[in-house]
Parts: sequence; structure tokens; C-alpha cells
Amino acid sequence: MLGKLDWSAIPFDQPIPLAAGAVVLVAILAVLAWVVAKGHLPYLWHEWITSVDHKRIGVMYILLASVMLLRGGSDAIMMRIQQAVAYQSQGYLPPEHYNQIFSAHGTIMIFFVAMPFVIGLMNLVVPLQLGVRDVAFPTLNSVGFWLTATGALLVNISLVVGEFARTGWLAFPPLSELSYSPGVGVDYYAWSLQISGVGTLVAGINLVTTVLKLRTKGMNYLRMPMFCWTTLASNLLIVAAFPILTATLAMLLLDRYLGFHFFTNESGGNVMMFMNLIWAWGHPEVYILVLPAFGIFSEVVSTFSGKALFGYRSMVLATMAICVISFMVWLHHFFTMGAGPDVNAIFGIASMIIAVPTGVKIYNWLFTMYGGRIRFATPMLWAVGFMVTFIVGGLTGVLLAVPPADFMLHNSMFLVAHFHNVIIGGVLFGAFAGFEYWFPKAFGFRLDERWGRAAFWFTFLGFYVTFLPLYIAGMLGMTRRMQHYDVPAWRPWMIVAAVGMAVLTVGVICQIVQLVVSIRNREALRDRTGDPWDGRSLEWATSSPPPVFNFAFNPDVRGEDAYWDMKVHARQQSLDHDRPDYQDIEMPRNSPTGFVCAFFATIMGFALIWHIWWMVVLGGLGAWATFVVFAWRDHDEYVIPAEDVAAIDRINREERRGLVSMAGTV
Amino acid sequence: MTEHLQCRNRSEVAAFAAGAFPALGSLPGDLPTASGLPMNLLDPQGPVAAANRTILVDSVFIMLVIVVPTIVAILAFAFWFRASNTKARYQPDFVYSGRVEMVVWSIPALTVILLGGVAWIGSHQLDPAAPVPGTGSPVRIQAVSLDWKWLFIYPDQRIATVNTLTVPAGAELNFQLTSSSVMNTLFIPQLGSMIYTMNGMVTKLNLRADNEGKLQGLSAHFSGDGFPDMMFDVNVISPLAFPDWVAGTAKTDAVLNEASYKKLMLQGIERGRPSYRLEDPRLFDLIANQHIPPGPGPELISEAGRPHSGGHDAR
Repeated sequence: MLGKLDWSAIPFDQPIPLAAGAVVLVAILAVLAWVVAKGHLPYLWHEWITSVDHKRIGVMYILLASVMLLRGGSDAIMMRIQQAVAYQSQGYLPPEHYNQIFSAHGTIMIFFVAMPFVIGLMNLVVPLQLGVRDVAFPTLNSVGFWLTATGALLVNISLVVGEFARTGWLAFPPLSELSYSPGVGVDYYAWSLQISGVGTLVAGINLVTTVLKLRTKGMNYLRMPMFCWTTLASNLLIVAAFPILTATLAMLLLDRYLGFHFFTNESGGNVMMFMNLIWAWGHPEVYILVLPAFGIFSEVVSTFSGKALFGYRSMVLATMAICVISFMVWLHHFFTMGAGPDVNAIFGIASMIIAVPTGVKIYNWLFTMYGGRIRFATPMLWAVGFMVTFIVGGLTGVLLAVPPADFMLHNSMFLVAHFHNVIIGGVLFGAFAGFEYWFPKAFGFRLDERWGRAAFWFTFLGFYVTFLPLYIAGMLGMTRRMQHYDVPAWRPWMIVAAVGMAVLTVGVICQIVQLVVSIRNREALRDRTGDPWDGRSLEWATSSPPPVFNFAFNPDVRGEDAYWDMKVHARQQSLDHDRPDYQDIEMPRNSPTGFVCAFFATIMGFALIWHIWWMVVLGGLGAWATFVVFAWRDHDEYVIPAEDVAAIDRINREERRGLVSMAGTV
Repeated sequence: MTEHLQCRNRSEVAAFAAGAFPALGSLPGDLPTASGLPMNLLDPQGPVAAANRTILVDSVFIMLVIVVPTIVAILAFAFWFRASNTKARYQPDFVYSGRVEMVVWSIPALTVILLGGVAWIGSHQLDPAAPVPGTGSPVRIQAVSLDWKWLFIYPDQRIATVNTLTVPAGAELNFQLTSSSVMNTLFIPQLGSMIYTMNGMVTKLNLRADNEGKLQGLSAHFSGDGFPDMMFDVNVISPLAFPDWVAGTAKTDAVLNEASYKKLMLQGIERGRPSYRLEDPRLFDLIANQHIPPGPGPELISEAGRPHSGGHDAR
């Protein structure tokens, strides 16, 4: 009846996951009870859960990423403590638990923190920057988000029902095959990623189509803000790379469920094929994450320097070069597999070539600051912190691309330090910069600057205190994923790293406090103009938060930095007095399709993991039926009458009038 | 000898408690003999490690020449052009300069051309399969990664050792590597390059140890619950002492053949340093061509999620 599921799946003997699971469950139930008791449920359902508004979906993506950041961060804290205490001892985490923790940490941080954070920011901002009213496929967008949430939910269920993978975040076979990982851990891993991978793919298709097909009048490609370009590049990579991940995991699942032999030791399976396939996805994946961060920094540096981006065309070229080359370097992840000197050298050099456009980007940000008037608001602090930190990560990255150096450093703590250096210093700093920068746009009030600065400094310093010691440990021969060790030379560095982790944690706490304090003081922090930073692109041309239709009129773009141009133009010619001719606006109806579909996908995923076949059929049919019902719909749009549009827009214009008269004079 | 999964009946609660109070669980006497030795990559003990280190250090310095001025420039520009500095000139129209563009594309490009040359030459000279000439006749060593220990077979000397590798100083060491089950990486940090071991395949690695002494090796690719215990001793002894060591080892009663190998490959951690006489010098080939099937992995106790696999039971 319930497949492999019985009471032994609940780890009653392991207090840590059980207690953590219980706390989370109580917290969720408490929040739900509060929502129901206060009567917020209809609001949540109509305004958020079923929303197909790209801004709302973007916010929900970021909320998911933030919650999962806490989960992945807890894993990180546990790992750092384990390695600090597990010198000549077993520490406090037995291997079967420690191994789950580092596997879950990697999986969560990449798939359920970094990905939803950048996709959330792209969803929130890109249609506004393009000057359009919505994304290309609003309902599909909602489906994509909810499927990502399904994957995150399954990963968290594994905490208390069964186990998570103990194989590392990429589940290399043959360790991840049935013979060596007979538990449900790898199945949790693979099905979570299969389901959320579909979500990511549709998000990618949606955003590529949006950038290519939906741009306002005059917004040709070479007038798009840099963030739109990096969004395009990143989502092209998603569309090209995620199917590889899906196919690879599907082959692994066929091995595990139906006795196939793609990657097994026996019957001609080939583990080297898995390495190639997973990294053919895995390497573009790091650029999927970091390109949007580059875009965010381009916006931030330009806005807070009070200048257009230096070398815009060069930046576009660099972005697209990274997009293409990132597909040609995957082999540098396994120079030590014995491929031979020609292959190693060619892929080593290809990997270094990516450093050229990346270096160009750094220099162009540098020259954007040159001759600017730099305001050090929190987003700009993150940007400067990023530039310094990312260069160090780039140096160690290029070092690892030199095969003979990699022969010594592959899989070492040096490598761990390197990729945290670029992912924290690049992607996470970028996500935080974007969060601080666009928060006022999403909610209509700014975040508290003092707590923002505190969060930056603690995170920035905490990063160095945590990860510089790991570089050193790597130079002392320490390899990654050690549950315990006996080498005295490693010990001090592990202790320093644990201290650094504490500092990083303070940084994250500051970020949470900042949010709470800002919500409390929202009236004092209110931004009525819609343009709190003296912005340059079109998202600042509408109110904060923007109306559901974003723009009462499709803006007419005449050059780069469209909104800056308008502000300057309006001041010079006093053009803002015209009485516009408002039209009715058609917007897509909200739809529960995404939520219902994900609900059934969750059931199906859980049933697949536990071999509960009747439930698999039920979930599959449910998800399919949801789509049929959606496809059968008659009315998918509603009309906002011109009077309503006019009323909303007039308020925005009044608030903005003072602002426009000042622009361009700074 | 190897502690196989005998402690099944011990409850996981007890195992966890032992883990939670490490001071009780581990006495110094339990520890492998060479563990705790430094493995500093910057203190090479052989030509491969020395050449790798040179490339590593050189590459870092080549990049620092670019990176340090860039970081200084970032901080300097950010400081000088702060909004409150009235002396800084505001140039909002400085958004393109052909000269600057040429320089910013050239600097990283030239660096990469230089480093690319280093990578190309280095990859060829330091290919793990390339010979590393030494004094005296080369020593053939066939390394097999097991769950979770290292087996070193000396086919020419007809002996084998577990978790300890004894080699003569100065001689070329020809490694052939395979795995009994999952992937691992053989890595002796102070001797140089690492290489993967994979079941059903043979990888090659050539090294040389120049100085007598004790070193330490490890697996650098995660392979399951017993992974951190895959440390092994490397005893570099004088070429004159090596034949004596071989003769001494060959006197052992323990014999390595298909049957004893199959026992050895079961999941478990090896605390001792057993050595064997090698019955059949072709044993490695039998493993590598899967004539001996791959190791079985953990035994399932229940159909439910959590298998009771080796690591902590064997502790």
C-alpha cells in the first residue's frame, strides 16, 4: 500500500534532524494558523498563490530563496562546527549524517537559493526594464515557480521522512547507484531536481521569449539595460543546459528504478559519461547564476556613480562571449580522470579564455566609477565588495584551470574555497545588492541603511575569515568532505573558519533585522516617487510598487538609459504637462494552475521516491488534468477600464513631478 | 584485520552517543600510525610535486601582477570619486573610450596567452601518465581503492600491502590504478599529481620520491561513509633497504588471492596495516577487467529508507 514507506523511515534515533523538523513543522503550522485566524487566507490565495503577475511571482521566488538560505546556512554552520571539533575524533555528526548535510547544503544552495533568487529578481525587474506589462507566458511562469517550490519541499521532507543523498551534491555514480546507495536519499535528490528542473526550464523559456519578443517601442537590443542582456544570456543557457541535467538524472533514475546500466559498474555502464554529462550542465550552470549578478552590478554601479555604464557595447559582447564559451569548458572539472595532455590543455586554455570577458567586465565597472559621483548606499557597498572579492575568486579559478596546478588542488579545500569565493562573492553579493536595490520598487519603501551596512560588513568580513583558511587548508593537502581527520596542521584553520562562519551568521541576522526594522518603520522609509535612487532604467519610471499593468502607456525609448533620458528630456522641454489619452488595458487572469499542478507534482514525486505506485498514477493524472482544464479555459483576460488606469496613473504623475524637474541637474 | 559489518546489532542510538562524546570514543592508540603527518603542497618530496608547485606558484605571481593593481584601482576610484569629495571632477559623459577599451581587453588577453602557454607546456610535461625517469629499475605498483582502504599490489615482488605504501627513494614509480567499487582518487600530496580510480578501468600515474622518510596519502574523491579513513602511510626507504623489506614482507603467512581479496573488499575501515604474499601476479587484471565482480556495497537491513551501511558500525 505505501511502497517502501514505514515507521522506520522516521529517524527517531537521530535527535538533530527530528528536532529541526519538528521546529520547522511547528513554525509552519503556527504561520498557517495565524493566517487562517486573521482571515488572510483569501487574500493570500487571490493575490499571491494564484497570482500570474510577474512581480508577485518574483517576490515569491525571492522569499523561497531566503527561507532556503536559512536551511542551507544551518547546514553550513553544522559542517563548520563538525570540522572544527572532529580532530582525532568523530565530532558530533556521524558520517551518515554529515554526508547528508554536505550533499543537502550544495543541492539547496545552488538549486533552491541561488537559482530562485536570481530568477526572482529577473522576474521582478526585467519586464519593467523592458517597459512592458507582463512576461510572455504569465501562467507558465506561475507553474515554474510552484514546481521549484515542490522541489524545495521534497528536499525538506527528506529531513524527517527517510534520508537525503549521502553522495555529494552531484550524486556521482557508481556511489549513487542502487548497489552503493540503496536508500531513498538519491531518489529524493533526483526527483526534487527533476521536478524543480522542469520549473527552471519553463522559467528560462518564459524569460528568453520575454526579452526577445516583448520590448516596448524603441527598445531595440542595443538599448536594453545590461541586466536584460545578462538575463537573456543566462536564460539562453538555462534553455540549453537544463535539458542535459534532466536527461542525465533520468538515466540515473532508470538505472536505479528499472535496472538499466547507463552508469553502473556492471554491464558496460560508464561513470565517465555521467561526469561529462553532469558537468556539461554544471559548468554553464555557474554562469547561469553569475551572469544575472553581473547584470545587477552593472545597474548598481552605473546608478550610484551617476553615470551611464562605461563601454556598454563591450559589456554586451563580453556577456554573450561568456554565454557561448561557458559551454566549452566542462572538462576542467575532471582533469584528474586521465584524459591525456592535449585534451587537458585545450580545456584548460578554454577555461582561461572566459577570464578575458570577465576581466573586461571588471574594468568597465571600474571605469564607470571613474569620473562618477559615487553614493555609497548599501547596494553600492555590495558592488564594491563584490569587485574586490570576485577578482580573488577569479585568480584562484584561473589557477585551477592550469592542469598541473589542478592535479594538486582538485577536490581540495582550496577548490571549496574557490567556488564559495565566486558564488558568495559573486552570486550572493549580487543577489543581496539586487535585493536592497529593487526592494523599494517592489514594496514602496526603502530598507534601513544602518542595518544594511552592518549586514554588508559582517558578511564581507565573515566571508574572508571563513574561506581564506580553507584556501590554506587546501594547500596543506586537505581534501573536501572529511567527516573527521587526524592532521594537526589542519585543525587551527578549521577553527578559524568556524569563527568566520559565526561572523557570517551575524551578517545574515543583520539582514533579517534589517527587514523587520524596515517593515516597522515603513512609513518613514516610504518612497512615493517610484525613483528612490535617481535611477536610469524604466523600472524607475513607474510607481512603487508598480500597478498590476506596470505602465499606463508603453514608454517610448529613444536611447540607452531610457528613463534617465526621459528625465533630462522632460526637464529641458517641460513636456510633462500633456493630458494623455488613456486606454483600457487587458491583463491575464489569475490562475491556480501552477499551484494545483505543483500540488499533484509533490504527491507524484513523493510517491515515486517511496515506490507507492498507485499514488504516482494519481499525482500524474492530477497534474495532467490541471493542464487540460487550463487549456480548456474560455476567458483568460480581464479588462482594466481606462478611468481606473487614469486614476492610478495620475497619482504617480503628481508624485513624480517634483522629481522630474530635478533630474539631470545632479 | 578488517572490521566488517559485524556490529549490526549495536543500535544506532549507541553509535550516535559514541559520536557525540568523541573524547570517550577515540584513544590515540586507535589511530593509524602515519596520520597526522603534514601534507604541505609547498614542501614537495619528488620531482612531479616540485614541478607542479613551480607552475602553481608562478601562475599565482603572473596573475597577482594584474590583480593587485586592479584591486588597488577599484578601492582608489571608489574612494576618490565618492560624492562628498568636491575635488573629484564629475565626468558623466565619460562612457566610452576606444583606448581604454583596447587596454581592458588586452590586459586579460595577454595574461591568458601567457598562462595558456604555461598550461599547454605543463599539461604535456606533467601528464600523469608521462614517465618520470629515476635511478635503478622502476617499481610497478598496482593500486586498488576498496571500500574504504587502499590495496597496493607489487606484482613483480609478489607481495601486497593495505593502507601502507613502501617505495624506494629515487626510483620511478609506475602506478596502475583501478577501483573495486566506487570512484576514488589516489593522492600523495608531497609526491604530486592525483588520479581517479574507476571500476572496470585502469588509470596510470608515474611519480618519484626523492627523500627517505614518511609521507601520507589519501583519497581525494568522496566515496562513502568510510571516506575520511582512507588515509595511507607512504614509507620512502633507501633503495638498498627495499629488497630487504620485500623479502621480509614476503615471509608473511597471509596470502592474497581471489578469496581473501573478496573478503578485503567488503565495506569497512582498516585500522591495521596488513601485508600479504601475492598468490597470482595477475590479480590486478582480474579486478580491472571485472573478472572479479565489483564490491557489493552496503547490506540492506530493511526495505525502508535508511540502509545500515558500514561507516559508523565499523567504528
